[in-house]
Amino acid sequence: MLRYIAKRFLIMLVTILIIVTLTFILMHAIPGSPFNQERGTSEAVQANLEAHYHLDEPMYIQYLLYLKSIVTFDFGPSIKQPTSTVNDLLGRGFPISLELGLVSVIVAIISGILLGIIAALRHNKIIDYAAMAIAVLGISIPNFILATQLIQSFAVTWQILPAATWSSPKHMILPVIALATGPMAIIARLTRSSMLEVLTQDYIKMARAKGLSPYKIVFKHALKNALMPVVTILGTLLAGILTGTFVLEKIFAIPGMGKYFVESINNRDYPVIMGTTVFYSAFLIVMLFLVDIAYGILDPRIKLHKKEAE
Amino acid sequence: MEKILEVKDLHVTFKTYGGEVQAVRGVNFDLKKGETLAIVGESGCGKSVTSNSIMRLIPTPPGRIANGSIVYKGRDLTTVNEKEMRKIRGVDISMIFQDPMTALNPTLTIGDQLTEGLKQHKDISGREAKKKALEMMDLVGIPSPEERLKQYPHQFSGGMRQRVVIAMALICDPDLLIADEPTTALDVTIQAQILELFGKIQERTGVSIILITHDLGVVAKIADRIAVMYAGKIIEVGTKREIFYESQHPYTKGLLNSVPRLDIEEDDLIPIDGTPPDLFSPPQGCPFTARCPFAMEVCDKVYPDSASCSNTHEVDCWLQDRRAQLVSPMAGTKK
Repeated sequence: MLRYIAKRFLIMLVTILIIVTLTFILMHAIPGSPFNQERGTSEAVQANLEAHYHLDEPMYIQYLLYLKSIVTFDFGPSIKQPTSTVNDLLGRGFPISLELGLVSVIVAIISGILLGIIAALRHNKIIDYAAMAIAVLGISIPNFILATQLIQSFAVTWQILPAATWSSPKHMILPVIALATGPMAIIARLTRSSMLEVLTQDYIKMARAKGLSPYKIVFKHALKNALMPVVTILGTLLAGILTGTFVLEKIFAIPGMGKYFVESINNRDYPVIMGTTVFYSAFLIVMLFLVDIAYGILDPRIKLHKKEAE
Repeated sequence: MEKILEVKDLHVTFKTYGGEVQAVRGVNFDLKKGETLAIVGESGCGKSVTSNSIMRLIPTPPGRIANGSIVYKGRDLTTVNEKEMRKIRGVDISMIFQDPMTALNPTLTIGDQLTEGLKQHKDISGREAKKKALEMMDLVGIPSPEERLKQYPHQFSGGMRQRVVIAMALICDPDLLIADEPTTALDVTIQAQILELFGKIQERTGVSIILITHDLGVVAKIADRIAVMYAGKIIEVGTKREIFYESQHPYTKGLLNSVPRLDIEEDDLIPIDGTPPDLFSPPQGCPFTARCPFAMEVCDKVYPDSASCSNTHEVDCWLQDRRAQLVSPMAGTKK
């Protein structure tokens, strides 16, 4: 197990290096620089600024400097917001984004699995059809459409929930619904179909023949097996929720990372782009790693490295 | 000996898009304490449906016990509610399934699966449950049980898994064990071991066994009595000796005749021509009429009454009627 984790850790480092390199290339492939916006600056000033941020160095030096900043976890100051460093921005924005993302993931997983189980247990009954209708809607409606509709209904027409910002649990309701509905629908559909399959297995019949209660049969015998495919797509869903936060933060005016991320690209704020990208990719890679570990815990047949399987 | 199970006029039907399938159409049999009854017949004749009905494990809907009674120790199981039934399953009546590769949950340890029935039904500490589990592992012949309890099903071979399944079925000391094709999925040497195990278990625990199978070799080895099923009915029932040596029903004879034998030089297998009837609309008369070499006019119209050949041997066939005595022995029948 430890060997596996060590191996995975190395692979993760390589992955991050590739992401950093690609981002660096892409970033510099976009024409423009942080300092040539509409307001012109004199050439002397521009040269000074570029020298200050090492933008006048050759590309490979900039690249190496960047790698150094990543290794030391010091992404340097933001070019556009000189009062803050990238670390400040991350420290300010990320907890909020994380909160939104995490709450949405939890809501999506719990409600999706419950909806899936209920639909499977009431297979071909009205509840099943209703649950699946909700699921199809949830999959088909993009979260930014759902978000604006939610604001329209709950905040404007009925005025029962706040439309924007992030200051109390009440403010969380609409963005979380908007963000969680899509993944929830996917999880519900997947749980339902794999649950239906598992419920016809012999070991479920065996469990019934043992006289176990329906509760035990569903939650102990069926669910663990039915969750395998759900865990498999969890990684992809996490990525979806992560990028979803960028969009929804914009719509709901939530002061999370999304705002800085989008702005930094518009402004060619190189340190912020690199900092957020590296941070988010590292976060996602760690999440995917946790999903793989969860896999091994759920299904004992999956061994995480070769020696154990032998 | 006291009867522990009495099935009377059992009818089981399944609703499908094509209509109602009458899978079991009036089955009668009984079972004494410590006895092994084999129910044999070809695929789709209703033997598994019969056994699942006793456990009340028929998926309802679409299935339903349309008529009849299943009396276990004086209690009619067709009228017992689901909650009460759960207290009977595993404790009084247990079941073993055909395929040990799928009968165990791949995500739970053997120990957990073995003891959960015990924990569900009996007020028992984890320690006692484990002790009982070890006892059962020993009974069914699984070496190094202590270690094996912590393992998962994929670490067991097919034969070992079937032993686990048997241990699981017997852990609450049931009085009746229903084994639905317990050896079909195993290879021949393992089959023999498992059958021997059944004998040993019966000797030790005195459990009654209903053995569902289509393998007459298995039947010959461990059954006391045999019931032959065809198209949802038991057409002949008798002791092992009576069925193997004095069978009366043309279907039973055909079935025995079709078993390949090593001691007789015969190039081809001897099949029973034709196929079983459609159970959407089963024939009024004897369902075997269309395939029977001795079919008479009456066979197609009226189902025969049971005729007793001895105290233990009953046949549903018009050939047993006094008026039909003048028939020559069935062609190709070897004794």
